Amino acid sequence: MSRAASLQQQPKPTSGFRLVATLGLIALFSGLLVVSVYEYTRPFIAQNQQRALEAAVLEVIPGAETRRSFVLTDTGLFPRDEAPAAGRAIYAAYDADGSLAGVALEASGRGYADVIRILYGYDPDCACIVGMTVLESRETPGLGDKIETEPHFLESLQGLEARLNAEGTGLAHRIRTVDQGEADDPWEIDGITGATISSEAIGDMIHASADAVLPRLAAHWDTLRRAAPRPDQP
Amino acid sequence: MATHNDSPITMDTFLAGIWRENPVFVMLLGMCPVLAVTNSVSNALAMGLATTFVLLCSSALVALLRHHIPKEVRIAAYIIIIATFVTVVDYVIQAVSLEVYNALGAFIQLIVVNCMILGRAEAFASRNRVGTTLVNSLGMGLGFTLALLCLGSVRELLGAGTLLGFPVFGEAFEPWVIMLLPPGGFFVLGAWLLLFAWVKEMQMKRTAHAGEASAHAR
Repeated sequence: MSRAASLQQQPKPTSGFRLVATLGLIALFSGLLVVSVYEYTRPFIAQNQQRALEAAVLEVIPGAETRRSFVLTDTGLFPRDEAPAAGRAIYAAYDADGSLAGVALEASGRGYADVIRILYGYDPDCACIVGMTVLESRETPGLGDKIETEPHFLESLQGLEARLNAEGTGLAHRIRTVDQGEADDPWEIDGITGATISSEAIGDMIHASADAVLPRLAAHWDTLRRAAPRPDQP
Repeated sequence: MATHNDSPITMDTFLAGIWRENPVFVMLLGMCPVLAVTNSVSNALAMGLATTFVLLCSSALVALLRHHIPKEVRIAAYIIIIATFVTVVDYVIQAVSLEVYNALGAFIQLIVVNCMILGRAEAFASRNRVGTTLVNSLGMGLGFTLALLCLGSVRELLGAGTLLGFPVFGEAFEPWVIMLLPPGGFFVLGAWLLLFAWVKEMQMKRTAHAGEASAHAR
């Protein structure tokens, strides 16, 4: 070992051990730094995400004041804390009187740049979509991201018809996004010129989600109505 | 380039990055974020500041370790250091504001491939003391931020008719959407480079004239 070391000291090249050790040490400390920053920021990030979701639920359902989380599994609907298995999250929102204002559902689908995640509100009384907000998107700034801001597009999502068909197996009409200014039927979304793919993706993901979840949720509306949080017990 | 070993800190150490060696307009480094995120002033500002932070931290650490990193693995070591600080910035921005993170998300990770940062580590930080490096990197970072703002303001103004989100032109203004798209980035960058080259040429002519007038060779 010492002979090898002395042989290597005369010419320039550094010993392989030293190369590995230096990189290893740097990587070790880098890893420690990343992990500690991750651990330190994790509660803040979780809190931010929770707060964003909370705000989003109350935003997509007009008149909503409080909310409760449920999970829809294969066996039925359960409050989130008592769910026996993982399932689809259902956020029920209630107005000031404690009556069900609607439910908020998450949907996601492929957009132009990446997967878009949205939250949309559904009101069982009018059997319609009442609002939508984008939770996560990487759409082209200035074009695709108009799905978050374009007034006529967001307006056409309010009161969008999402009635079940007679058999109760799916939606009566296919929700879809049409060209700007050509939405004639109540289940058509007024698209955005310049954000065609992104706005069509929103229509498709709302349809896919509503078509799959609403028939299964049909039996549980009374459960959701009765589950209103009482004003005296938060 | 002012890369003499352990050169003293002068005003030029700081100013080099802002004007004479501006990473974007003179050295043409870090073109990926320059073209990608400058479609609005706020994106450009957030990207510039995040890059400056990564640049400061990574070059300080490289300067600190410059005698301990073997030559053969220096690039690998720099990349680990840079990637670490990019990840840190990524988490910190998520913790501070989810809105800023959602606006910049994809581009924050891209700081890691900004060759301006690797260039600083290799050309300056690895040959200078920590203090000198910090001053120089701050200048470089601010120069980079300034360049992003130059592009971002023109592109947002023409492409959306707004500045920092506030409408500037009246309702009648039809935005040039192409300015927000990648081609717009190239157009505006080209225009700024043209302006910079023209200003430089004028300066050179003026110094040449002044030299002739006083009939003094340096």
